[in-house]
Formats: sequence, structure tokens, C-alpha cells
Amino acid sequence: MSKPVKQIHLAAHFPGVNNTTVWSDPAAGSQIDFSSFVHLARTAERAKFDFLFLAEGLRLREQNGEIYDLDVVGRPDTFTVLAALAAVTDRLGLAGTINSTFNEPYEVARQFASLDHLSAGRAAWNVVTSWDAFTGENFRRGGFLAQPDRYDRARQFLTATWELFDSWRGDEIVADKESGVFLREPHPGRFDHHVSQFDITGRFDVPRSPQGGPVIFQAGDSEAGREFAASAADAIFSRHGTLEAGRAFYADVKGRLARYGRSHDELKILPGVTFVLGDTDADAQERADLIRRQQVSGQTAIRLLEQLWNRDLSDHDPDGPLPAIDPLVGEHTVAQGRASVRHHRDPLEVAAEWRAIAEAKKLSTRELIIEVTGRQTFIGTPARIAEQLNEFVQTDASDGFILVPHLTPGGLDEFADTVVPLLQERGVFRTEYAGETLRDHLGLGARRPARGTVEVHS
Amino acid sequence: MPETPEPLHLAVALDGAGWHPAAWREPDARPEALFTARYWADLVAEAEHGLLDLVTIEDSLSLQSTHPFRPDGRTDQVRGRLDAVLIAARIAPLTSHIGLVPTAVATHTEPFHLSKAIATLDHVSGGRAGIRLKVSGRVDEAAHFGRRTVPELRIEDLDTPVGQELLRDLFGEAEDYTEVLRRLWDSWEDDAEIRDVATGRFVDRAKLHYIDFEGRRFSVRGPSITPRPPQGQPVVAALAHRGEPFRLVGRSADLGFTTPQDAADARAIVAEIRAAQAAAGRAEQPLHVFGDLVVFLDEQPGAAADRKLRLDRLAGTGYTSDARVFTGTPAQLADLLQEWQQAGLTGFRLRPGALPHDLTGITRGLVPELQRRGAFRTAYEAGTLRGLLGLPRPANRYAGVAAGAAGAAAAADLVGAEGATAR
Repeated sequence: MSKPVKQIHLAAHFPGVNNTTVWSDPAAGSQIDFSSFVHLARTAERAKFDFLFLAEGLRLREQNGEIYDLDVVGRPDTFTVLAALAAVTDRLGLAGTINSTFNEPYEVARQFASLDHLSAGRAAWNVVTSWDAFTGENFRRGGFLAQPDRYDRARQFLTATWELFDSWRGDEIVADKESGVFLREPHPGRFDHHVSQFDITGRFDVPRSPQGGPVIFQAGDSEAGREFAASAADAIFSRHGTLEAGRAFYADVKGRLARYGRSHDELKILPGVTFVLGDTDADAQERADLIRRQQVSGQTAIRLLEQLWNRDLSDHDPDGPLPAIDPLVGEHTVAQGRASVRHHRDPLEVAAEWRAIAEAKKLSTRELIIEVTGRQTFIGTPARIAEQLNEFVQTDASDGFILVPHLTPGGLDEFADTVVPLLQERGVFRTEYAGETLRDHLGLGARRPARGTVEVHS
Repeated sequence: MPETPEPLHLAVALDGAGWHPAAWREPDARPEALFTARYWADLVAEAEHGLLDLVTIEDSLSLQSTHPFRPDGRTDQVRGRLDAVLIAARIAPLTSHIGLVPTAVATHTEPFHLSKAIATLDHVSGGRAGIRLKVSGRVDEAAHFGRRTVPELRIEDLDTPVGQELLRDLFGEAEDYTEVLRRLWDSWEDDAEIRDVATGRFVDRAKLHYIDFEGRRFSVRGPSITPRPPQGQPVVAALAHRGEPFRLVGRSADLGFTTPQDAADARAIVAEIRAAQAAAGRAEQPLHVFGDLVVFLDEQPGAAADRKLRLDRLAGTGYTSDARVFTGTPAQLADLLQEWQQAGLTGFRLRPGALPHDLTGITRGLVPELQRRGAFRTAYEAGTLRGLLGLPRPANRYAGVAAGAAGAAAAADLVGAEGATAR
């Protein structure tokens, strides 16, 4: 090998509010009790993971005008859980998804700076935007931001919070009891930000935090999203779970870094992936098939079908063939509060593909949904999975992974106990944390202040 | 003193290095640690050691200032602070009995966010969360958000028609805000999560409720994303000095902090709040009225006054406060608290002049003294903050309201289906 051996970055995703989280399994625990968060966080820290990741939702999902009741419903507040987890962990990074549409920069900046202080430098922010008036009905800002305004707001939001984080250099507090000088100078925290979405001025009230601000994550995959990540993010939560797609994405995004004066290692690419372990590869495959059936019940199959078809299909038989009628094209009204719905390509085209697959493989509706909605997962023995993860990283399909277990809270236990030691034996994963902060774990240098205007995408 | 006084409730108000502006210069002060979790964990552990009902954690959306409504440029006092809700969350797993009541500003924050944050604090702490709401009439804080302009509030304007109107506006909004918090906490019935494998349903959506709050300043649809917290509704507190805030406490709060100067003043304040409570039709509901005091405590008579004087000299001015400033021995303070209790106060929030000195004066001096008099608990008698305060767990206002979460179409279906048999 001419290339040096890369170290793998691993993170844990708290199982979320979607059908991949299996709640019907007897081993499934509470998604709300703090003990569940403690268990997953401590498992991740025991395994020397870089961070724990929380997704966000700001309105309960609906389908056909009713609150969606088939998946896990309900989650705690992100900042509050992460601050509490800082008390029961020492090194694990604490990453939260926080929306830039229904928050204000001053408040989010003081929350992240506070979290970074209270965790001694372990905070991370996955920056997202919200696209719909549906979510807005829970907030003062209310309704809808047109797409260009939405991205403007997100870009400006991030730039504004950076101005706030950087408004304290970090050496202002002297606290000299003898002389009575608490602050070295009278006006730390000054900011002045006047752009189309924000007209804010004053003094930020949280002194500079250990990392200088949270580590910045980004999760979008569009052109604008990639450009934002290259210009400003520290890590990307990507969707590309296959080797080929991963390598293409990796090369593309890393190739954009130089334009912003950034080096190859300043941005980590971390796809969200699932895994199923077994004593043999066949065992693992059998378990994976069972899990897929748990994830996609007959009812869930119909609901997922409705999200593409954009019509009520509650009378459709999940064990029968796909509906004879075509998807309803036009404004999407069936499912609300779901990010995934927006990512469908032309529904007629997708439906035609699905029909072709169902016909070729003789699949019922439910079997077809299981087939087409399955994400890339790593399935096999611990040794096989360790080998595959390492191959992804060494061949530049990713820098590591955000693991999405299908069970709360024990879904990571087996991975921690079996796969992690194998990666450590290979010398591609740490056996001890080398540093104190999340930036240390990710191998990022000290945060540079004020990187200027940035691009951001939902 | 009566033979068997009602047990007192005690809270301690944590803020920076203590409430005296020179407190950070005391030999035992840790000004360099103010922004660490350890600092707050140590203080709250000490308060819990003293069996106190709760701690409050001060907060604001601007740097501390000697001026009530404007920033100053001072460099000789503590400046900068952490988000109080996050401090409370950080401390929660390290404590097991004491109530955690951070401060939040209703004027600029989102009630939806705060509702789920405090519900989560309640989940994380096993039922020990509260929230102290305050309003902001500061021009500089409004400029930090840039969403609304507020006219400058000046102390001399407070009793003019303009000042009164401004207070009515701010506190009216805070009242709406409280209503939204409470509705969101109720928006999940306690048994909404059913995990019914047979029908494939995780929740019973008939037990999730839109709150549909429409107010002058904002509207919120609901339901919350966070299930109903252990206490049903965490404790809502507010600090009140005068008419409009007294009405907010009377109408909306579970716990009011007030600033009487003497027993007669305490009696008048309690009467005004009780009247507001009755006028709001909730005379039967338990509502605590605590008295706030800044305290400097030393066992040696005169030592506390000397210490305050020394701190005053360091600060260059005599320290005064909205609350009465007490200097003396724990026994003298116990006398005063029991006297004021006779005026109708149900407890006290003590603001330590300097930390940790005056906090340990409370936990290791005042508390044993009150215990000797049979006036304070000798062990935690409940696991939740409501339990400690003797407040019942509120019934859910939506429980039993059928199909509240169903959409319009589903509701119409329900009516249609029922119509065939019931009409």
C-alpha cells in the first residue's frame, strides 16, 4: 500500500422516529426514558466512538391528515438530552440536529456554546433547514419560507452564529481577585450583523467555549449542500452506503475543499449505515430478513406506498400486487413532516420501476417495499463486517460511519463487543481516546474563526 | 411562635459567584470555574445536602449589568453566563431529590422549544423540573433577536399609563406563553404510548391532542413532540414585584417569588396575589408564595455584616437589591423567616450573597436551626418537585376528549359513523 492506513471514525445514531427502528421486538426499550440514552451513550463511549448523534423533528408526522401511529412517536428535546448525557460520559462527542428555520442565532449560539462548556468541548451541530409551513405552525415565525429565502436564512444563520462564537477570543476573563479585574477589556462579545434575514446587534453573553464553537455537521446531498460542506462543515452525514456511490461522492466533495483553502482531512465523510451481525453470514442474512419484516409490516408497507402514490391506499391489500392506478402527480399532500418524501424522483417513473421489479421477482406489495426501501446494510459475521467497514474507509468511500441500530437502547451492544475489537486488532480504530474534545477525536485542528459566507442546504 | 409551625419550604437562588457584585473576589470563590459543569454540580450537591426543595438558576439574554435595562461597560464584576436550562440538565443526573428550576425569557424564546426542553428536564431528572419565566423589556435584548422592537422601559415610567401598558403587554404575553407550555405538556395523555403489537400501532392517536392556541403574539398548533413529563406539568414559577406580575402569578403560576421588606409588606403582597388568584377562579388550587431574601450568614454575631461591608468596599458601593438584604446569624434568619411565615408566605428563596460561603451558611447553619425548631424537613419525603412542594399532579385537561388528534376528515368520518347508530 502506498497510502497510509486510515483510522476509522465511528459514531452512534440514537434509533429514531421512522420505520427502521423496531419497537415491536421484546428487546425494544423506551425512546424517552433517560436510561435509554445513557445506555446507548455509555456503549458508544465504551467502544471509543467519536460521538452520539440525535436527529430532530419539530412536529409529529401525519399521513392522510392523521398523526402517524405505526412508527415510534415522541422524542425529547435535543439540547436538554445532550447536556444531561454530558454528565454520564467523559469523552463521547454530543451531536444534535438543530433547525435554523425555527430558531434565532443568539439563542442557538448560546445553547451550543453552553453545551460545549458543560461537556468540556464535545458539542456538535448538524445544521438543517425546514421546508414546510406544516412544521411552522408550532412556532412564532410560523409559516413558510420560500426556497431561496430558506437557504439564505440558513446560510446567514450559520454565519451569524459564527460571528457570535468568535465575538469572544477566549482570553478576556482574567478574574484576578487581587486587582479586582474580571474582564481584561470592557466589551467582549460585540457583534453587529445586518443582512437580509437578520438585523441583530449587541453583545454575546457566553464566553468562548473549549472548541470555540460546536463541530459543524451537514446532511444534504445537493449541489448547494456539497458546496456548503466543502466551505464550512467539519463532517458530512451522507446517504451513500455503497462503495461506488461512496467513492464518487467522497472524491467530489473532497475535491471541492481546496477552493476554500482547506485540506483533505478537514472534512470527514460519514455515511449513515445499518448493520446486522450473525455467527455465520447465513445467520446474519436470516436475521436481516426477519428485521426487514419487523420494519415493514403490511400496514407500514401501505403507508410507505402512499408516500409515493400520494393517495390514500388504506384499502389496498399489502399481500397482493401493486395498485393498478398510478401515483397522483402534483402537490404532495398525503404525508407531512417527513424529509424523505421530498426526495422521490418523478413518481410515475419510480412506480414503473417498482412494477417492473415486482413483476420480475413476483413480489407482493409488502415484499416489494421491503426490497426497494432497504438501505445498504452491512450484514455478516463480525469479521466480515470489520473487513467491509475497513475496505470502505481504506478505499476512500468514507472516513467512517454513523451506525444506525434498529433497537433502542441495546442495538449497539453486539457491535461494540464483537466488531470494534477486530477493528482495533487491525490497527484501524483507537483503543483509547487520544484527546479530550470532539475535534480531537475527529482529527480536526483548532477551529479557525470566521470562515465567511457559507452555503447550507437542508 | 406556634407550637407546631407549618414546615417551611426553602429554595436557593444560584447566580454566578453569588449575588454581591464583589462576591467573586472572596477567598473561597471560584470565578475561573464559573463556566464549568463541576462548579454548578458542587453547588447543587450542597443544596441537596441541605434538603432544600429546589434551586433556581438565573439567566438572561444579555450580559449582566448594574443597570436594570441597559448594558454597562464594567470590567470589575462577573460578566458572561451559561444557558440555565442546560446547566439544570447537566446537573440532573448527578442529583436525585432536589428540584431544578432554571430561568427562561418568555419574550424572545419559542414556547414550543421551551415546553419540550422542560418536559425533557423532567424526564431526565425523574420529575424534578420547574421553570421560572421572566419577561424582557430591554431594548438591547430585543436587538439580539432583531424580530421586534420594544420601547425602552424605564423605572420612572413603570407607574405611568405608558409603562403600565407595556407591562400589561409583556406579562400578557407571558401568560399566553404559560398557557401554551401547559397545554403542550397535556397534549399527550399519560397512556398515549400503547405499543400494541397486535394492531401495529405505537401510539393511540386519539390520546394525542392539537392544542390550537391562538394568541395576540403567536399561535401554536401542537401536539408536543415530547411525551407528557413525569410530573404531568413541571412547576411554573415567576418572580413578581408589583401589580401586573402579581396577576401573572395569581392566574398562571404554581410558585411566586416575591420581595417583601418586612412582615407587614409580606402580608400585603400575599393578599394581593391571593386576590388575583381568586379573581382567576383558582382559589382552591395550591399556589406557593415565597419571599426572596439576599442573605449573608455567619455564626458569629456581627460577622456577616462586617463581611458584607468588606465586599461593599471592594465593590465601591453599598450593595442593595430588590429583595431585602439580610445579614446575621442562622438563628436570627430563622427567627425572621418564621415571623414572615406568619404573614402568609409558604416558603423562601434565599439568594446567597457569596458562594459557596452563604450557601453552606444555609445548608449547614440555617437548615439545622430550622430542623431543631421542627420547622423544616429532616429527610426528603417525596421523589418529585411537586411532591416536595405538596402540589398534586395535575389531571390532563384533554383526557377523555375523544379523537382530539384526528384530522378533520377522520373526525367527520367518526361523526358520520356514530350518527348512524347514536342519532
